[in-house]
Amino acid sequence: MNTFHFDLNFIWFLLIGVLFTGYAMLDGFDLGIGALHLFTRKDEERRVLINSIGPVWDGNEVWLVTGGGALFAAFPDVYATVFSGFYLALILLLVALIFRAVAIEFRSKQPMRWWRQMWDVSFAGGSILAALLIGAALGNIAWGVPLDEHGEFAGTFLGLLTPYPLLVGLTTLALFMMHGAIYGVMKTEGELHDKLREWTRRCIIFFVICAVTLTMATLLYVPHMAARMRDCPWLFSVALLNMLAIANIPREFHHGRDHMAFLSSCGAIITLMALFALNLFPNLVFSPRHPEHSLTIYNAASSPRTLGIMLVIAGIGVPAVLAYTVCIYWIFRGKVKLDRLSY
Amino acid sequence: MDVLTLSRIQFGGTIAFHYIYPPLSIGLGLLLVIMEGLWLKTGNNLYHQMARFWTRVFALTFAIGVATGIVMEFEFGTNWATYSRFVGDVFGSALAAEGIFAFFLESGFLAVLMFGWDKVGRKTHFFSTCMVCLGAHFSAVWIVVANSWMQTPGRGYHIVGHGLQSRAEITDFWQLIFNPSTLQRLGHTVCGAWCAGAFLVISVSAWYLLRGRHVDFARQSLKFGLLVALGASLLQAVTGHISAQGVAKNQPAKLAAFEGLYNTTSNAPLVILGYVDEKNQKVVGLTAPELLSFMTHNDFHSPVIGLNDFKPEDRPPVTPCFLFFHGMVGSGLAMIGLSALGFLYFYRGTLQERRWLLWLLVLSVLLPQIANQLGWFAAEVGRQPWIVYGVMRTPEGLSAVVQAHTVVASLILFTLIYFLLFAVFIYLLNDKIQHGPHEDDLIPAGKLALPMSQRPTTESQ
Repeated sequence: MNTFHFDLNFIWFLLIGVLFTGYAMLDGFDLGIGALHLFTRKDEERRVLINSIGPVWDGNEVWLVTGGGALFAAFPDVYATVFSGFYLALILLLVALIFRAVAIEFRSKQPMRWWRQMWDVSFAGGSILAALLIGAALGNIAWGVPLDEHGEFAGTFLGLLTPYPLLVGLTTLALFMMHGAIYGVMKTEGELHDKLREWTRRCIIFFVICAVTLTMATLLYVPHMAARMRDCPWLFSVALLNMLAIANIPREFHHGRDHMAFLSSCGAIITLMALFALNLFPNLVFSPRHPEHSLTIYNAASSPRTLGIMLVIAGIGVPAVLAYTVCIYWIFRGKVKLDRLSY
Repeated sequence: MDVLTLSRIQFGGTIAFHYIYPPLSIGLGLLLVIMEGLWLKTGNNLYHQMARFWTRVFALTFAIGVATGIVMEFEFGTNWATYSRFVGDVFGSALAAEGIFAFFLESGFLAVLMFGWDKVGRKTHFFSTCMVCLGAHFSAVWIVVANSWMQTPGRGYHIVGHGLQSRAEITDFWQLIFNPSTLQRLGHTVCGAWCAGAFLVISVSAWYLLRGRHVDFARQSLKFGLLVALGASLLQAVTGHISAQGVAKNQPAKLAAFEGLYNTTSNAPLVILGYVDEKNQKVVGLTAPELLSFMTHNDFHSPVIGLNDFKPEDRPPVTPCFLFFHGMVGSGLAMIGLSALGFLYFYRGTLQERRWLLWLLVLSVLLPQIANQLGWFAAEVGRQPWIVYGVMRTPEGLSAVVQAHTVVASLILFTLIYFLLFAVFIYLLNDKIQHGPHEDDLIPAGKLALPMSQRPTTESQ
């Protein structure tokens, strides 16, 4: 499994990794804000939290849509197997995301307490469920998915809810909550800012506990997710980078450099995804019982011609996307101020 | 019910619901560019007020469009996995391109459009509006490319492998993009979207006029709405005609079903109004002699292919196709009539006195929605029994591992949440309409205000 070629299939493996990492980094913080939403009881503070993600959450979800589209185009067999195999889990994810979107739009329209409470619970519940499900899906991919000889899913819905994937789900939630809390610290001021600082501390602890547990569980029970790093010890540097990025979060935070803490948190997400991808490669869906049925970046890919055409499309599109995403975050930099355009 | 029926209900239902919103975004996007462009050009702040009000409505349609669009993206994989495996090489590319070129553009710049009024200058804001409009149109381009390939696969692909392992692969990208029906269908779809946006503007403005509220705002909005509606609905007739000729050439069974034509006939008549008597294989109703031959082949005598030239298992369901198609054409003609009438009286300056017409204009918002929905029903049901015309049958595209009770569960969930979503939409739309345009918007402040020297005199307001 150490044959490595820098070819179109590998580039697309990388690009899809970039799209899903972008999704985790961007939608990660707004799902995290959602998960923290109920911790404050004051209406105005809740409004500030929602408005801190107001202009960007829609665009952040597009990363998921595009990631899905790219997966469909580049590795149609993976798209088909995973999406039909994880049917109910994905439908639940969709429902959670829709509920959340509706809640953001709806809560500010009426002042009644019960009204806002109802949408606040939907917003928080949708965000938490989405984070858990995304993590659990990733956890199942890491654990391995039973596949038959046609590459079709050969398991059940309940079979997806085993302890390891659930642990990955919980870790994802913790990661997003930490990420969101730091984002919140950057975007707020005054009393809420101080509250968020305190939550960030707790979220960091929560995340570190989850991450350590997950690392132990992976090494003990999912040895194939560390196999590549055993073979190529220099890849341990990625794990080291990951640990440094995580350790740097409380350090920067302690010194009041919130932006650096947020960047470190982004770094932690990037390195985590890199560790995941490194050890998964060249599989995309690993079948533990029959490794020969696994879907790899070669047997599940589109034709080289399509991968080439898509690369041209990505080459034109992705730099433009990155450029104006940066511009938009720049335009909306700074602390949130509530005005009549706010939610 | 079996998985096939349930999956078709679910896909059809979710896409029909989704398709309420993107056409509104596309149409409103165009109107926003016109309004804001005129504001920049003339400095008349009424245009600024209009742009701001309609941006709020746009944002609402866009938000629901995104929420329901993610579902569509997932459903190919969840319910039609075998289809996805088969077409990923071809169809997936178009979807991915849609994400990269259209959705990012739209959602990114929409943030500036919605929340950036006080944060960026006028020109940057107008640029963002243009980008949002462009993004909305791009999404139409790519999704119509993908769907047109399913209708008329053309020559840009070949099939590799056998049985379960077979799949379609691209041989020529440009032939794939410009397959025989792409351009015809794109023109027709985009005109439909412009109509949807324009008639929403018309409807709300007419309602304000009836109530005597925001009269200046409403008159000006109505003017733009009527202009775009008249132009788009006339163009719609032209693109529709071209599209139908394309269907006659590329998918003759579909056209035969649209017209309920069983036997290949020369001097074929066009059905104006009627129904299909499937048992006796004929249409009962009002027909125009020889017109169908003329419409399809520009010649009164040319034969038009009938359904009996196809094996029964290759025919689309006739009655639904017939009704959808004629319903669409009827709504389209009504749109032309109504917008022409509205424009005539608006031009004469007597529209506000004709309250019956204003009421009709208020209701007219439903016409493009009906036409768009029925048009798509006709296009998709007319493609049956194929999922990719002439290449793959619909039942062959189903997911192998998904069972009926699972689809029932998701169908129930989607039904509940889409009812909720629709209630939200109607509630919020009504809320925005009741609030109306903000009076403050007549005096743009901050970065949006013009420098003193360029400020228009008060009479232009």
